[in-house]
Amino acid sequence: MPQTFAEKILARKAQLPETVPGQIVEITPDVILSHDNTAPIFGLFQRMGGVKVFNPEMHAVILDHATPAPSTKHAENHRVIRDFVKEQGINNFFDIGKGICHQILVEEGLALPGEIILGSDSHTSHAGVMGAFAAGIGRTEMASIWAIGEIWLRVPESMKITVKNCLPVGVTSKDLALYIIGDRKSDGALYMSVEWHGEAVEALPLSQRATLTNLMAEMGAKNSYIPPDQRTLDYLQDRARREFTPVYPDEDAHYALELEYDAGTIEPMIACPHTVDNVKPLSAVKGISIDQAFLGTCTNGRLDDLAAAAEVLKGRKIAPGRRMIVIPASEAVYLAALQAGYLETFLKAGAVVESPGCGPCMGNHMGVPAVGEVSISTANRNFRGRMGTKESDVYLASPAVVAASAVAGEIQHPRDL
Amino acid sequence: MGKIRGRVWKYGDDVNTDVIFPGKYTYTVSDPSEMPQHALEDLDPKFAGEVKPQDVIVAGSNWGCGSSREQAVVCLSEAKVGAIIAKSFARIYYRNCLNNALPAIVCPEAVDVIQNGETIEIKLEEGKIISAAGEFSFPPLPAAVMEIFNAGGLIEYTKNRLKVED
Ligand code: SF4
Repeated sequence: MPQTFAEKILARKAQLPETVPGQIVEITPDVILSHDNTAPIFGLFQRMGGVKVFNPEMHAVILDHATPAPSTKHAENHRVIRDFVKEQGINNFFDIGKGICHQILVEEGLALPGEIILGSDSHTSHAGVMGAFAAGIGRTEMASIWAIGEIWLRVPESMKITVKNCLPVGVTSKDLALYIIGDRKSDGALYMSVEWHGEAVEALPLSQRATLTNLMAEMGAKNSYIPPDQRTLDYLQDRARREFTPVYPDEDAHYALELEYDAGTIEPMIACPHTVDNVKPLSAVKGISIDQAFLGTCTNGRLDDLAAAAEVLKGRKIAPGRRMIVIPASEAVYLAALQAGYLETFLKAGAVVESPGCGPCMGNHMGVPAVGEVSISTANRNFRGRMGTKESDVYLASPAVVAASAVAGEIQHPRDL
Repeated sequence: MGKIRGRVWKYGDDVNTDVIFPGKYTYTVSDPSEMPQHALEDLDPKFAGEVKPQDVIVAGSNWGCGSSREQAVVCLSEAKVGAIIAKSFARIYYRNCLNNALPAIVCPEAVDVIQNGETIEIKLEEGKIISAAGEFSFPPLPAAVMEIFNAGGLIEYTKNRLKVED
């Protein structure tokens, strides 16, 4: 029977000839990801009677959520994790400042085509950009994998999104993803494996494709997949940690849902408070006053995101009384942005540049808004309270729109500055 | 585990974890045995006082959407709810259910006809629901998940497996 990506890869890992949606399989993942929550997972692991992890090579542990530590409590949490990785012989440990976990998996060649990646983070779907089956799981389940090396997974129904034509100039994959989430709503891909196809997706650089797989968590997807192509393989050339065999869906596979979008008709989009599926065209919300602009996160903190914002900010200043925070997604992005002169542009414009990590994305530190303030951000979530206080509005947009809004002091299209 | 027989508590679509277990208790109520007192507090104030072991929740689509808080499952598993039958579940909620040994059954046809307050029977291994309006089938839970059920949840299950492997 022809199979979708998810059906095929789960069959392969479970050593079955084929699988069908709804079936439950037991598999051993190739990579398991945990971040600052490694310490609480360790607690659960010990409650289960765990002493030594099943296989230290499977682990990727990345400190990113509150780094550098904003309080003694956070620092203690980090210390537990450093001791843990040392004791367990976990080599893939990335200490503070290396970058955001999802970005690191890709940069370090740990997210590979045809592999299964499970993470105790809801945006683990991100790694599907490399053609992996990547899904978020709970902490207890993660602790159980640490102990026994296995987990049950339900084979998801698959959704095929085909995007034809080409995105117009100034329109990004962020706008495309927001448009689709606005169209399908937050449960539009509930429990599904979302596959991306079509020439508009093929035309995107990997960093922009990652924004798509990252944001599918906001449509309820279990995982999201982009078929590896020459661009993917070239990127992995000197990076992949081991040999891999890509998995591709069969031509005539059965999908629970097939959607088609025309990239040529997409315009800059904004997710408005307080849900990611409350999406409006930029033109409908222009002029809303903002207090803070935030450029960064696993969704849009890569080099081309910074480049797009720098292009807008070059020779301009952040509006009086407004602030802008820039956080590159990784050390590598930081260095490249430094060399390209983007950081200088940001600083001269009056923005604050901070060290790689999640920053204020989930309200931990490094630029959380005050009560009543309005933020515009390149992140993936704008739920009430997400950035720290329930009494604040968060708008989500592409990097260029965030930069233009910082300059205007209100939500603005870069073209209209 | 095997046969479940209980009264039906029927609810609609998109019931989120905030009304299943209010967020305000997530840091104040940490003892699992106290959680049933607040189960469905903001959805059905009668539920917590009247629910009996083996009662069954029958819900529309997307039951358990919202946050990933596990208390929204524990407050029901601790109340000894027999099963939840829904048109669909939020993904993390579904996993949390099975890992806490609370059967989560997807069966839209059954949801359409089962009435609030009636008594139904569920045969887990066979994948059958028996109600006044007839019998319905669902894919039986696989052996791997039944083992987690029989152990009383994932923590116990993993504990047992580690002991065996020692
Ligand atoms: S940047 Fe935000 S969304 Fe991404 S991993 Fe960090 S906290 Fe999560």
